[in-house]
Amino acid sequence: MSDLSITGAGATADPNAREAPPASQVRGYWGNVWQRLRYDYATLFFLALIILIVASAVFAPLIAPFDPNKASMAHRLKPLFFRDNILGTDEQGRDILSRILYGGRTSLLMGIAPVVVATIVGGLFGVVAGYAGGKVNTIIMRGMDVFFAFPSVLLAVAISGSLGGGMINQLITLTVVLTPPLCRVAETATSQIRSMDFVDAARASGASTTSILFNHVLVNAISPVLVYASTLVSASILLASGLSFLGLGVSPPTPDWGLMLSTLRQALYVQPIVCAMPGVAILITSIAFNLVSDGLRQAMDVKA
Amino acid sequence: MWLYAARRLLMTIPIGLGVTVICFALIYLAPGNPVQSLLPPDATAKDIEELKHAYGLDKPIPIQYVIWLGHALTGNLGISIQTNRPVLDEVVRALGNTISISVISVILAFVIAMALGILAATRVGGFLDRFSTSIAVFGISVPSFWLGVILVIIFSVELGWLPATGMGSAGSDHFSWFQWSEAKYAVMPIVALTLTPLGILMRTTRSSIAEVLALDFIQTLRAKGLGRTAIVIHAIRNALPQILAMFGLQLGYLIGGSILVETVFTWPGTGFLLNKAILTRDIPLLQGTILVLAMAFVGINLIVDLLQTAVDPRIKRA
Amino acid sequence: MSTQAQARLEQAPDRGGRAQPMLIASHLKRYFPIRGGVLNRTVAEVKAVDDISFTVLKGETLGVVGESGCGKSTLARLLMHLLPRDSGDIIFDGDAVGQLHGLPLRDLRRNMQMVFQDSYSSLNPRLPIEQSVAYAPRVHGMGRAQAKRTARELLQRVGLRPELFAGRYPHELSGGQKQRVNIARALALNPRMLILDEAVSALDKSVEAQVLNLLGTLKREFELTYMFISHDLHVVQYISDRVMVMYLGQVVELGPVDAIYAHPRHPYTAALLDCRLTVDPATRIETPPLVGDPPNPINPPSGCRFRTRCPHAERICEERMPLLGEWNNRPESHLVACHMVHAGSGHSKAPPGGLH
Repeated sequence: MSDLSITGAGATADPNAREAPPASQVRGYWGNVWQRLRYDYATLFFLALIILIVASAVFAPLIAPFDPNKASMAHRLKPLFFRDNILGTDEQGRDILSRILYGGRTSLLMGIAPVVVATIVGGLFGVVAGYAGGKVNTIIMRGMDVFFAFPSVLLAVAISGSLGGGMINQLITLTVVLTPPLCRVAETATSQIRSMDFVDAARASGASTTSILFNHVLVNAISPVLVYASTLVSASILLASGLSFLGLGVSPPTPDWGLMLSTLRQALYVQPIVCAMPGVAILITSIAFNLVSDGLRQAMDVKA
Repeated sequence: MWLYAARRLLMTIPIGLGVTVICFALIYLAPGNPVQSLLPPDATAKDIEELKHAYGLDKPIPIQYVIWLGHALTGNLGISIQTNRPVLDEVVRALGNTISISVISVILAFVIAMALGILAATRVGGFLDRFSTSIAVFGISVPSFWLGVILVIIFSVELGWLPATGMGSAGSDHFSWFQWSEAKYAVMPIVALTLTPLGILMRTTRSSIAEVLALDFIQTLRAKGLGRTAIVIHAIRNALPQILAMFGLQLGYLIGGSILVETVFTWPGTGFLLNKAILTRDIPLLQGTILVLAMAFVGINLIVDLLQTAVDPRIKRA
Repeated sequence: MSTQAQARLEQAPDRGGRAQPMLIASHLKRYFPIRGGVLNRTVAEVKAVDDISFTVLKGETLGVVGESGCGKSTLARLLMHLLPRDSGDIIFDGDAVGQLHGLPLRDLRRNMQMVFQDSYSSLNPRLPIEQSVAYAPRVHGMGRAQAKRTARELLQRVGLRPELFAGRYPHELSGGQKQRVNIARALALNPRMLILDEAVSALDKSVEAQVLNLLGTLKREFELTYMFISHDLHVVQYISDRVMVMYLGQVVELGPVDAIYAHPRHPYTAALLDCRLTVDPATRIETPPLVGDPPNPINPPSGCRFRTRCPHAERICEERMPLLGEWNNRPESHLVACHMVHAGSGHSKAPPGGLH
């Protein structure tokens, strides 16, 4: 065989000849994502905004000008910039700005916590379904399909309406609503990866299923799942505030953006601008999360 | 294609059954025992016995489900605790009001989204693209109920042009779309409902048309000397199945998800009914309304899928 | 070599002796169900691998050729136990694989590895190539540092300088470089046999030549046995000792490379060889030797599967499936599944006499 050796320009060429950057410049996938994000100033701006919003909710006790639950009969429904009440006061004379800062705690928690739980639970089911295929896949995914037969708002109202209000019930509701779509995304990503040759190569090397799942499947499935999960944060905030608006969230007097909108509605004809303020907080937060997740999608190069 | 359609139809059966299981389970999600959830607090012992008997509540849960399903399939969704009327009557009356504003909103959203989406896709990066993308982000991010509040502030409180709540003058059962004095009640609910599907549909239209425009066959058409408009029409035709699927989904979301907007405007649709059921903890009403709405959503999805098979040649062949 | 060998896993010892074939596959079958109808039931089967038997001798290169869709890749996956087979036995160096008292699957995988075709999907895009190569030794219990050393040494061996390439990701490599990594990964367990499934098919011609030369060098250095699957007849001729020709899930001809290329005895092999491009106008042919696509493997023709495209087809070809016959364990043996070759088969061109 060797005496038949093929000659010619190509045959003797050094495979190292086509030089790419030296090893020091080699970046992994996440390094590349970060490089792309670094120059995406719009996304960075909204990321900073999110950090600001989260920080102001976390440090609300330090920055809020007033006690959010301190009522004042004398100062009910005051307009913007009324003395120290920059955003006015509500129907019980409580400071709107302070309530919005404190309300961010519940609203952000409702936006983020259910997404995190749903990502773990849905992701797990999706990866198992996608990797196992066959009957396991059918059982899990057809089960999820039943939840897809409900529009998300309706499903949330159905569960929450039956369970009743309260923070824990709201968290449960949102988690149940968000899990099926995440499961589906994880399943799609996993079954795509499952059909790749490198998974077969790993199987051919005698690796266990667990090892393959962690070393080969998860590392590849994680970016589409994360991108999708990030789009759900804004949806979760909107859903949560909607449930609170319907009285299915935290119970008063705990401040919450959706609940504030609901109670302030009665004062629409007295202080219209003040009444709209909690919604502005929801809108800004929701836009920020949506745009950051768009930026993330582009940086991670995941197809919509 | 007929094979696909038949298979799709068959697939609806387990999904529909699954929906009924979830709806049935709602009674068990509610705190307290089902008897308490299904009857008014002042129910007599005799009422309780009758209900237990009618729904087999003393029997195991699977049998209860079968009995309940039998009732539901024959149109018996129970009796509303609050109004003491059959739930089905209540839902049917409200459903029409929800469907009318939802359909108008989705069509409105679809038309505007198509126009803006096509303009944006053919001018990627331009002013129109950025403008319509911003609208889309706003539509996706805005809480619809807050948007309703803002509309009320502007058009009812400040300008006084439109009525803030209700449907027609108080007490009147009559509503006509062709009389401004009545139709004006629907204007703000429709606008508030339109924005979210508008945002989503715009994004879909823009991305799917831009995607088609980047394909090789468009290059071929261009090389053949086809004009810009003709090429865009080609692209629209290719992107249509995906946009159509989105359209159906959005219609379903609105019909099932109009609860917030209907609450803001006290529009007497199914969402308002749901809100009433939640406030008064009227579990039979809640359960029945959700069952009907979810079934409507399943039905819409089925129709859209079947329509899509008719439009998409790739499915047609299969 | 001996000092470097310490960094690698020890190659498993030769158990059966030189005369024992490396691999015996007998009556392998794999049908894929086709689902359809309203209820999505199995309505038909694709006979991807339909009763295939062959032997790979120690130290040889067995080339496998055939049109796309003839079941070559399915065969490779069956041998690697990446797909379960419907029936048939696989015997590696005298031991039946995966049976009681036989060779455990894990040991087979130490002994036999595969190089995949598609260089895009064959490497994990999220792992530096060094880790892709080091993965298999890690799985087999090698320490992290030593596995890394093994990987670097193998990269060097396949012609990629570790100091430049070890930390790179697949998207930073060219097709040829990726295929080198693929080969290094397959060698990481120090196997005795490699199945190369279209290993050079996606490469540019010049790069293909480099990789083929590399494979030749590695074969000698690592004392390997190759099963080389390709649709490219030139490449198979260059690299193989013996050749197996497949058509619609079956073996139609099996024999020494020179005999087959010089005197193909199955009309399909002959037609396939005529399809090769030639630069010599004297040997140029005017009509295509093979017309049409291969028949649908779901409902293959009765009798001989090639008869629908065969210029010599007669009634007997329709009625009876020609058998390949038993291989007599000698490298020079040449088997053909054609009635024209089998004496007394009833075909007008068959040699007279012999069996009835």
